[in-house]
Amino acid sequence: MSGPAISVQGACKSFGKFQALKHLDLEVHPGEFFALLGPNGAGKTTLISLLAGLSRPDAGGLSILGFDVAKDYRQARRAVGVVPQELVFDPFFTVRETLRLQSGYFGIRPDPKWIDELLENLQLRDKADSNMRALSGGMKRRVLVAQALVHRPSVLILDEPTAGVDVELRQTLWKFIRRLNEEGMTILLTTHYLEEAQTLCNRVAMMKAGQIIALDTTQNLLAHHSRPSLMIRVDPGKTLPAALMERASSLPAGRFRIGLENFAEVEHILAACRASGLDIKELEVGQADLEEVFVRIMKDGTR
Amino acid sequence: MRGFTTLFSKEVLRFWKVSFQTLLAPLVSTLLYMLVFAQVLDSHSEVYPGVSYREFLVPGLAMMAMLQNSFSNTSSSLIQSKLTGNIVFILLPPLSPFEIFSAYVLAAMVRGFAVGICVWIASLIFFPHLPAHPLELLLFAFIGNALAAVLGLVAGIWSEKFDQLAAFQNFLIVPLTFLAGVFYSIHSLPPMWRDISRFNPFLYMIDGFRHGFFGVSDIPPLESFVIVGGCAFALSWLSLSLLSRGWRLRT
Repeated sequence: MSGPAISVQGACKSFGKFQALKHLDLEVHPGEFFALLGPNGAGKTTLISLLAGLSRPDAGGLSILGFDVAKDYRQARRAVGVVPQELVFDPFFTVRETLRLQSGYFGIRPDPKWIDELLENLQLRDKADSNMRALSGGMKRRVLVAQALVHRPSVLILDEPTAGVDVELRQTLWKFIRRLNEEGMTILLTTHYLEEAQTLCNRVAMMKAGQIIALDTTQNLLAHHSRPSLMIRVDPGKTLPAALMERASSLPAGRFRIGLENFAEVEHILAACRASGLDIKELEVGQADLEEVFVRIMKDGTR
Repeated sequence: MRGFTTLFSKEVLRFWKVSFQTLLAPLVSTLLYMLVFAQVLDSHSEVYPGVSYREFLVPGLAMMAMLQNSFSNTSSSLIQSKLTGNIVFILLPPLSPFEIFSAYVLAAMVRGFAVGICVWIASLIFFPHLPAHPLELLLFAFIGNALAAVLGLVAGIWSEKFDQLAAFQNFLIVPLTFLAGVFYSIHSLPPMWRDISRFNPFLYMIDGFRHGFFGVSDIPPLESFVIVGGCAFALSWLSLSLLSRGWRLRT
C-alpha cells in the first residue's frame, strides 16, 4: 500500500458558532500506531466522527486507504473499525448475537472462528451468551472493541478505549491491539492516559482548539520538548546550594526537582551537594515523559 | 444484500424478543374493542346491506391495529437507538440509505401483518367471515402497513426525545386512525365532517381494506389505492431523502 491509511485535508467543522475543527490536515501511514492527544474539546472526537462518517465536514476532504469517506463511503467504512467513546450497547442481544449482527451489517458472513478469537483475546469467552445488559462497564467496552474488529478492518480507530477500565483489562486490551498492529493494522488512538500513548504509539499529534499544534514521532517529541530530571529530598528546612536552587523547582516535603541536560550532570549536582555538607535523604532520576511534553506544548499553544 | 438482511432480521428479532408487548398486547386491546363496541352498538342497524355492526368493526380494527404497530416498530426502534446511542452500530457500517430504509420498513410490516393476522384469526371465533376479495385485502394491508411504517421512520428520524415521538403518535396517528372510519361509515357523518374526513389518508386504507373484506365500501377501491399508494410513495421519497442527507442522524 503506497498512500496514507488516513488522510485529512483542510477539514473544517463548526457547531453553531463553535469551530470544532479549523482547516485540519493530517496523514497517518499504513501500519502506524498513532496517538491523537489533546484536552477535552480539542476536536479529537469530532475528527473521528468525520472519519467514521458519523458527521459531515463543512469543508475539506477525508479518506481511509484512499477512499473518500463521503463519495466512496462503502469502501471507506469497510476499511475502518471504530470504537466509540460512549459506552453504547443494544440491550436486546447477547455478546455473540451482537458480534454476528455487526458482521452482517458490514456485509460479511459471521466468522465463528474469528468471533471466538476476538472473545478469547478480549477475555469475553465466558460472557459470550450473556445479555449485553448483564455486563460490567469494562466488559461492554471490550465488546465495543470486538465489534469494531469483527469485519477485520485495515484501520482501527479507538476513541478513549481505556476510560474507566481497570489496569488488568487495559493490559489485556493493549496486548491484543499491539499484536494487531504488528500484523499490519493501522491504529489511531485518542487517550488521556499519556503513558499509554508514549509506550504504544510511534507518532503523536497534539490538538488544541481544533488544530494540530504538534506532530512528530514520539521519540522526537520527547527529545525536543522533554528532558530527564533529578529529584532530591533533603532534611526539612534545608535547601539546595544557591547555584542549584536557581534551576530547581521546590516540591512538598523537602523535595526539589532539577532538570537535566544529560545524565552526566547528576555527578556534578551530587558533588555540589556534598561540598555544601547537605545530607541527601532520597534520590530519584526521572525519565523524560510525554505528559511533560503535552503540558509544555499545550501551554505554549503553538507548534 | 447481507447488510440489509441482517438489519431486517435484527429488527424482526427486536420485536419478537418482546412479543408480549409487541404482538400480544395489541391483540388483547383490539379484541377488547371488538367485545365492548360490538356488545354496546350491535343493536344499530346494518352498516352495509347484510353487514352487521359487529362484522363491520372487524376489518377496521384489524387495520387500525396493523397501522399502529407498523408505525410503532420503526419509530420506537429508531428513537431508542438514537437516545441510547447504539444507532452508531447502524451508521458505522457501509449500509446504504435504501438498505436502512427497506430493512426498517419491511420488519415493521412483518409486525403489522403478524398483529393483523392474529386479530383476524381471533375474530373468526366470534364473527366467522371469510374475505370477499382476499387479494385486494392483502394489497391494502401491504400498502397501508408500508405507509404507516414509513411514517414511523420519518417520525423516528425527526424526534429527538420520547416526548416528541409521543406527541407525533398521540396527536397525529391516534386521531387519524380513530377518525378514519374504523367505528363508523363516513356516510353516517354530517356533510362537513364527511368532506374533512376525505383529507385523512388513513380513511382510504381502512375503507379499501374493508372493501377487500366485504366487497362494499364508502369510496371506490381504485381511488383509495391511488391515494394510499401516492402517499406511501411521497413519504418513502421523503424518508429516503432524509436518510441520504443523514438529517438528525449524522450531524
